[in-house]
Amino acid sequence: MKARWFTLIAFAVALLVVAAVLTTVTNNYFYTASYIVLQFIILATAWNILGGLTGYVNFGSAAFFSLGAYSSVVLYSWFKAPVPVAVPVAAAVAGLVGLGAGYLTLRLRGVFFAIATLALSEVLYTFVVNWDYVGGARGAYIILPNEAPFGFSNNTQYLFTVMALMTAFAVAVARFIETSRLGRGLAAIRDDEIAAECSGVPTLRLKLISTTVSGALMGMAGSTFPYFMQYVEPTASFSLSYSVNSIAMPLIGGMHSWAGPVIGAILLGTIQQLVQVTVSSAWNLLIVGVLLVAFVTLAPNGIMGWVDRWRSRGKRS
Amino acid sequence: MELTADLLINALISGILLAGFYAAVSVGIGIAFGMLDVVNIAHPAFIVLGSYVAYFANQTLGADPIVTAFVLSPAFFLLGVIIYRIYYYAFERRGQESLRSLAFFFGILFITEVALILAFGVDYRLVNTLYSSTTWRVGFVDFPLRLVVPFAGSLALTLGLHFYLSRTFFGRSVLAVAQDPQALQLMGVNPRRVKELAFALSIATAGFAGAFLIVIQPVQPSLGRVYIGLVFAITVLGGLGSIAGTMVGAAILGIAESFTATFFGPSWSPAVSFGLLLAALAFRPTGLLGR
Repeated sequence: MKARWFTLIAFAVALLVVAAVLTTVTNNYFYTASYIVLQFIILATAWNILGGLTGYVNFGSAAFFSLGAYSSVVLYSWFKAPVPVAVPVAAAVAGLVGLGAGYLTLRLRGVFFAIATLALSEVLYTFVVNWDYVGGARGAYIILPNEAPFGFSNNTQYLFTVMALMTAFAVAVARFIETSRLGRGLAAIRDDEIAAECSGVPTLRLKLISTTVSGALMGMAGSTFPYFMQYVEPTASFSLSYSVNSIAMPLIGGMHSWAGPVIGAILLGTIQQLVQVTVSSAWNLLIVGVLLVAFVTLAPNGIMGWVDRWRSRGKRS
Repeated sequence: MELTADLLINALISGILLAGFYAAVSVGIGIAFGMLDVVNIAHPAFIVLGSYVAYFANQTLGADPIVTAFVLSPAFFLLGVIIYRIYYYAFERRGQESLRSLAFFFGILFITEVALILAFGVDYRLVNTLYSSTTWRVGFVDFPLRLVVPFAGSLALTLGLHFYLSRTFFGRSVLAVAQDPQALQLMGVNPRRVKELAFALSIATAGFAGAFLIVIQPVQPSLGRVYIGLVFAITVLGGLGSIAGTMVGAAILGIAESFTATFFGPSWSPAVSFGLLLAALAFRPTGLLGR
């Protein structure tokens, strides 16, 4: 399928879902839960551009997410920036930080990049906690006016729509990269970096593009978070659960195509919403951890791996 | 803030005491990551697990944390054997170590943390020992025993491991296993066995480091995360595959952190270790005493 058609279909699906939800659902909790699942689809998809396609592990998803969220906080307390302004700026900030972190560490072994992203997360956390302009450890509020823009009946529905469109955008970008020349270069790096370099693949440049895009998408996912929740504080936004989830979802869904992270995020995100309501949030985190370890040791190719095996069996017989 | 001599010397002394403890925290990573090439990012979580075991023994039996660490070190050793076996069969044997094994250890880290939260809650826990409230004073310099005792224990642990690994046949085969497992096999040593025992040894040090940790400060389940950057900063800064390097890295980090805490406030000290780690990765990834 041509990338243009895929993008069109992705946006059409997003708009149809939004239209169906906005006309039928009034329960506020449903919007919050779906918003969070959509947010996880973006985070998992973004992680997979670097992790699944390129083979580099990013442990700092929470850091890029928070960069997006806190960019919005700064823009809002500066000149009350509306959402359409905050989203691209937040994505640009997170993308630039991704580029910088990649430039410093991607020339080393992959392990060092992984450790550096963990370190980045802790450094940024310390800065935010000590930075009074964005509220420090107390957190920051974004109180939106009661009337929502563009004729939406309230801000929750407005931001839910924005999130759905951003999700379609992220998935389309991931699909585009995967099927393009760039994606084949990244796959070559993942499978054998030295062989790729020898065959003339500009490995460092491709890896930097990959970290920048991945970071920017994560920042985009975080940019609307303070608007939606109307409150953000560093301990929650830098929480390890964002990083664990954005690794667990592609691993469980399957890392070798754009569909894996989407399936993993929908599945794991929904389970977590249900467990969080019915049991407790600590148990729901334990479930994510156990599923991650179980899949990575027992079913390394994830759910899409099962699907592929089932398909090839069908062809053979 | 006024820069006085006694403030400076006190910061230096507490930095050195802290550095000893940091050496014990990092020596396990120094072995697993530096010598065996097993990137065990869950190590700090095992340290916190060690702290909670010591806390539990202290609450129920009134046992001293360091005595508990001695008694329970075989249990930690066994835990290490089990984790290495899983790691070996799931990743190392299939030759797909890097990405998935990192995710594996990250998952273990997360599970340990959440399990501790479920078992003990998120409150800070601390122990009371015979020496925890005593402070020796020499002139104007303070030597709080809750820092001195872990310092002495850490020094004994790290130096002991250093001599054990550099003087015995087993120690040399550990140094050899990452360099050339095949040559090791030709010398009649099973490389998998060597890696298994050495990894178990590294987890056993986490039990001791955890006991020292809870003597020094109150502990809560997610504390391990703060130490991830620290231990990797120390091992990378000092140089992979060298316990002497680990001790040098620990000294740099301990003193740098103590000065930051004294002159800028303790809330900035985590940024020091991570900042130094980023700098080390960017400018000298082989470390100061690297191979």
